[in-house]
Amino acid sequence: MATSKIIKPNELVVSIDYKPPMKWWMDTPAEFKPGMYCWGAKKKNLDAVNFPNARDWSPKEEDWKLPENWQEILIEGLKDKLGKYRSFRLFMDICVRCGACADKCHFFIGSGDPKNMPVLRTELMRSIYKRYFTNSGKALGRLAGARDLTLDVLKEWWYYFYQCTECRRCSVFCPYGIDTAEITLMARELINLLGLNTDWISGPVANCYLKGNHLGLEPHTIKSSIEFFLDDIETITGIKIEPTFNRKGAEILFIAPSGDLFADPGTYTAMGYLMLFHELGLDYTWSTYASEGGNFGFFTSNEMAKRLHYKVYAEAKRLGVKWIIGGECGHMWRLWHQYLDTWHGPADFLEVPVSPITGTRFEHAKSSKFIHIVEFTADLIKNGKLKLDPTRNDHLKVTWHDSCNTSRGMGFLEEPRYVLKGVCNNFYEMPENTIREKTFCCGSGTGLNASENMELRMRGGLPRANAVKYVRDKYGVNMLGNICAIDRATLKALVEYYTPDVSVAGLHELVGNALIMKGEKERTIDLRLEPLPGKEGKE
Amino acid sequence: MRAVIPFIAVLVLVLLAFIGVEVGKLNFLFAVVIPYVAISVFTIGFISRVVKWGKSPVPFRIPTTCGQQKSLPWIKDSKIENPSSTFGVIVRMALEVLLFRSLFRNLKTEMKSGKIVYGSEKYLWLAGLAFHWSFLFVLIRHYRFFIGKVPAFIGLVEGLDSFLQVGVPLLYITDVAILAAVTYLFIRRVYLPQVRYISLPADYFPLFLIFGIAASGVLMRYFYKTHIVAVKELAMSLVSFAPKVPEGIGVIFYIHLFLVSTLIAYFPFSKLMHMGGVFMSPTRNLTGNSREKRHINPWDYPVKVHTYEEYENDFRDKMKSVGIPVEKE
Repeated sequence: MATSKIIKPNELVVSIDYKPPMKWWMDTPAEFKPGMYCWGAKKKNLDAVNFPNARDWSPKEEDWKLPENWQEILIEGLKDKLGKYRSFRLFMDICVRCGACADKCHFFIGSGDPKNMPVLRTELMRSIYKRYFTNSGKALGRLAGARDLTLDVLKEWWYYFYQCTECRRCSVFCPYGIDTAEITLMARELINLLGLNTDWISGPVANCYLKGNHLGLEPHTIKSSIEFFLDDIETITGIKIEPTFNRKGAEILFIAPSGDLFADPGTYTAMGYLMLFHELGLDYTWSTYASEGGNFGFFTSNEMAKRLHYKVYAEAKRLGVKWIIGGECGHMWRLWHQYLDTWHGPADFLEVPVSPITGTRFEHAKSSKFIHIVEFTADLIKNGKLKLDPTRNDHLKVTWHDSCNTSRGMGFLEEPRYVLKGVCNNFYEMPENTIREKTFCCGSGTGLNASENMELRMRGGLPRANAVKYVRDKYGVNMLGNICAIDRATLKALVEYYTPDVSVAGLHELVGNALIMKGEKERTIDLRLEPLPGKEGKE
Repeated sequence: MRAVIPFIAVLVLVLLAFIGVEVGKLNFLFAVVIPYVAISVFTIGFISRVVKWGKSPVPFRIPTTCGQQKSLPWIKDSKIENPSSTFGVIVRMALEVLLFRSLFRNLKTEMKSGKIVYGSEKYLWLAGLAFHWSFLFVLIRHYRFFIGKVPAFIGLVEGLDSFLQVGVPLLYITDVAILAAVTYLFIRRVYLPQVRYISLPADYFPLFLIFGIAASGVLMRYFYKTHIVAVKELAMSLVSFAPKVPEGIGVIFYIHLFLVSTLIAYFPFSKLMHMGGVFMSPTRNLTGNSREKRHINPWDYPVKVHTYEEYENDFRDKMKSVGIPVEKE
């Protein structure tokens, strides 16, 4: 479904009213609005990863075919999570409802729906916690903000915890650091105990588990996709690149988000990776088994996320590489940075990453043994190891979208800007309250990048689009740079909807454009096979 | 309605103390029994709540990173907003606890003729800071009732607090500040539609209660004089566990004390526990160096995975057909 099928941008903006309704939230069951939610999970996809209560179901139907003891399952699950996560138990107890988070959520800003205020989203869960796990809630009920776990509550959970992208922006502003992402993670874990996943998440999870990547690309398809890029690179540069797959004894294993192999503009980013590594003569390999850096499992449960990311170290070990480089991806990097070593470390069979080109030892990754490709490239540029011609990107006026996960779950802010400034001459920041740690989500993270929920995505993406529009109008910006595969897929739809004259690019596409390769022919086209300005017709 | 019930509740508390002392002559109950019970409930409740939090482990290292990570040596990292060392965490936590750093970032999001704009919004931060610091000052000042010889720092705090040198007795700035701040926090809660919508009776109750406590305290100090020597006698007898209720303490003191007792007994069961919780928040009190130093999950368990061997078994022929190396031919 294209964005053209939903309401027009100006109608959408006019429809937003930040004033809450008269009727209080506990008395207002969730109304399932078309375009605001995803289809239900299919039985076969849940079965593929042994999830409980697998069945075909539809959120639109009155009957969700719930197991008889569903309340018991949820309460038991809640108890289990409270005992496992201090963050969860603490955040259930200490919120003072000061409201500082209320207008920080992109879904609230874009919808005006009060249940999208982070505090209220959390209250949907907290009211149940209070009712079943605190004395005040048991004794005072509503007076203490507690309520019974009814079918309406469950449906409300499903609707609103799939309207949160775990972007953590609210957490930045919370005086106690309460992170709605932690609440949404728990809520989705609980919901998944009842088989109530979404199709757009459970499908990629099953794919990723069985075939190594979300898109379900099989080994020969991965190879042919990349060969397709190689042909384009040869057309552009005259250089024939021959990367390797599943090669034992390579120094480095490279893992990218599979989205980069599948659809533009991610594909141009993948071309950038290939060109850079070839130019350096890097001893690296792709893997068709560890062919996904991202992890939709994280949007269902911690256990599923751990299961999917097993292959990262396992493949590094099997191939006997020394260390790992990861591609441009958002939640992949939140997970690699904050979870992977804990899940599957210690990676003592690997070595501390050392750039074979500059000799730089990446001390900050000395336990996990993996670095971000942008860290790698920034180090190359700093040490003058790349020959770059930024004028090849002169037709672009670029602004920078910080992905929520890399910003607020990692602190990856300067490296991409350094690389960007090295490869292009026209860079304009969006307003300061919309970037870096205060950046806005694309509106489609955590598996919400389906097509049936397009209105939700456009609403959630409104604050980001609003900031893009600002720099477009002010500086003539025509390119939105980023380091996230989901961004590349979803911001494309977002800018088509709000600012059609702006395009979206991954950072290494711009690197690939600027990179002067040994023995290349004079370039007349860019990685999109579009004419380079000033070089037209020079062929 | 959500504000009315707690308001009535506090009024009832005031009346209870008034009738209990004036009519029922239950001075001992209100001056000794209830305060002892309240302190016990507070202590046990507070500790057990913190222990409960402590029992839940921190399985992953999940700080909210609000600044540049520590990576390449030539990139300046944000040592406080994204700490990679314990020292950085301590400074970050100190800024949170003492100065409400995160709340200081607060913005106001508005829609203006179809465009979203973000403005600075510091009033909540200011009121919160005024409220909490005044509360602390008032608390420290009260220490003089519980100790024979008043230590020098109490005098210092009192001197600072009354440096304006207004009125007799000297006006304490924090008395004004706490009443003003609580009033602001209440008005904000009912005036801002979004905040009103999220507010529970449990949000209004402590505000009314604290207002009642501060107001009765102010009345005692500046307007209806209490028998201050008798109050100190009572306080000293309580802390030395030899309770004795002197004659001649006005009923307003009993109201004040009863509201204080209610507040501290209510404390462990309420959101007021944020006082203890703020120190334990995993998004703020952890370092962001998870790639440098491995974090251990105490409840980690093995999970079912799809191994390379299984993968190759599924795709061996397809891999061989395009020349991808395999383990088993």
